[in-house]
Amino acid sequence: MDFTFSEFIQQFWIARGPIASGLGVTLAIAASAIILGTVLGVGVGLALAYGARPIRWLARAYTDFLRGTPVLVLVLAGYYVPSAIGIGLSPLQAGVVALAVFCSSHVGEIVRGALQAIPKGQIDAAKAIGLTFGQTFTSVLMPLALRQVLPAWVNTAAEIVKASTLLSVIGVGDLLLASQEIIARNFMNLPFYFLAGFLYFSINYAIERFGRFVERKTTIPS
Amino acid sequence: MGYTLNFAAVWRSFMPLLEGLGLSLMLAVESIAIGMLIGLVVSFALTSKLGLLRRTAGLYVTVIRNTPILVLVLFTYFALPNVGVQLDEIPSFVATLAIYSGAYLAEVFRAGLLSVPVGLREAGQTIGLSKMQIRTSIILPLMFRNVLPALGNTVISLFKDTSLAAVIAVPELTFQARKINVESFRVIETWVVVSLIYVCTCAVLAAVFRRIERQLSIPR
Repeated sequence: MDFTFSEFIQQFWIARGPIASGLGVTLAIAASAIILGTVLGVGVGLALAYGARPIRWLARAYTDFLRGTPVLVLVLAGYYVPSAIGIGLSPLQAGVVALAVFCSSHVGEIVRGALQAIPKGQIDAAKAIGLTFGQTFTSVLMPLALRQVLPAWVNTAAEIVKASTLLSVIGVGDLLLASQEIIARNFMNLPFYFLAGFLYFSINYAIERFGRFVERKTTIPS
Repeated sequence: MGYTLNFAAVWRSFMPLLEGLGLSLMLAVESIAIGMLIGLVVSFALTSKLGLLRRTAGLYVTVIRNTPILVLVLFTYFALPNVGVQLDEIPSFVATLAIYSGAYLAEVFRAGLLSVPVGLREAGQTIGLSKMQIRTSIILPLMFRNVLPALGNTVISLFKDTSLAAVIAVPELTFQARKINVESFRVIETWVVVSLIYVCTCAVLAAVFRRIERQLSIPR
């Protein structure tokens, strides 16, 4: 290492803009992928738990396929495939779609697990008092399932933040790509990769602590 | 649209794809084997009575589990040579994935260690086994049976993480796929076939683990 700490601080100060905007891009990617993926995933979870047989099989094939494919492959496929069939997506859009689809398969499994853990008697009771499926879902199933879904969902959010680094491979200017560009300019590999790692760690550590908090709040006191 | 499917280019390159899969599996086996050793040692540290040991192990697990693996891979390959640790692509990736899987497997094993009833440990003490004997012939075998489902999931997820080796130009499955993609422009075919190869491999791994689980389960 042929540079001093003050030189690193100086380089860091020069690069503070790109790092901050990279961090912003990472957070924006992760947030939009999580929101999209959750909406999609709840639908998948419902289909897995209560769908008619062909819909259930379709949802099962969808989740199993996505869960068996590495995220990097999904991201690369999401980047190359749409343009081949004439859908023009920017790398950012393609990456967010790939992450959202990945997220939806995980959320789908979490939602399915939570829904199937609800005793059948609850649904029968709702039917007996004449609730429609929509009403049963919003006022019986969802409140019960939410307690189980939330902690696992927070974990998935951390997964997505980590997976968002893969978008740097298709040229999305996230925190990792910003760091790599800075390194390409000043050759300070060690401190800037370390800084990137530390920033990702901080985000995920905060999410992990939040997850623990949610877990404490959602467990039924015994 | 005007895109007609044509798998010829992918079939022509099927051998490289299989070689890539072989390399992916080799990377997974090597790094998970080392990772299991790390995980085992760390899981004992995590359940140790010594506060310092427990905290150090906890720090390792927390830091690794909250850092993206791509950052770790790039750090090992591009940044560590600056402090004199220079590794080729494959050893560098195996080392990274081993350290990464160590943290995840440590958590799996920790849960397994805690699931072994205290009574069995006490029974071992009563018949005069040493601490080491209790570990190797009572706790470890029971723990392994208990952790098998979680171990299977973790191993499958680590196998999928070998795809990241493509980023540092290790010629494994994803790398081969990208090569076919840019050489032939058979975009859809390439990614469909490669995804299916991954999905099938994961399904086989899952089946193998289910089988081991069944074989080792207590007969009723």
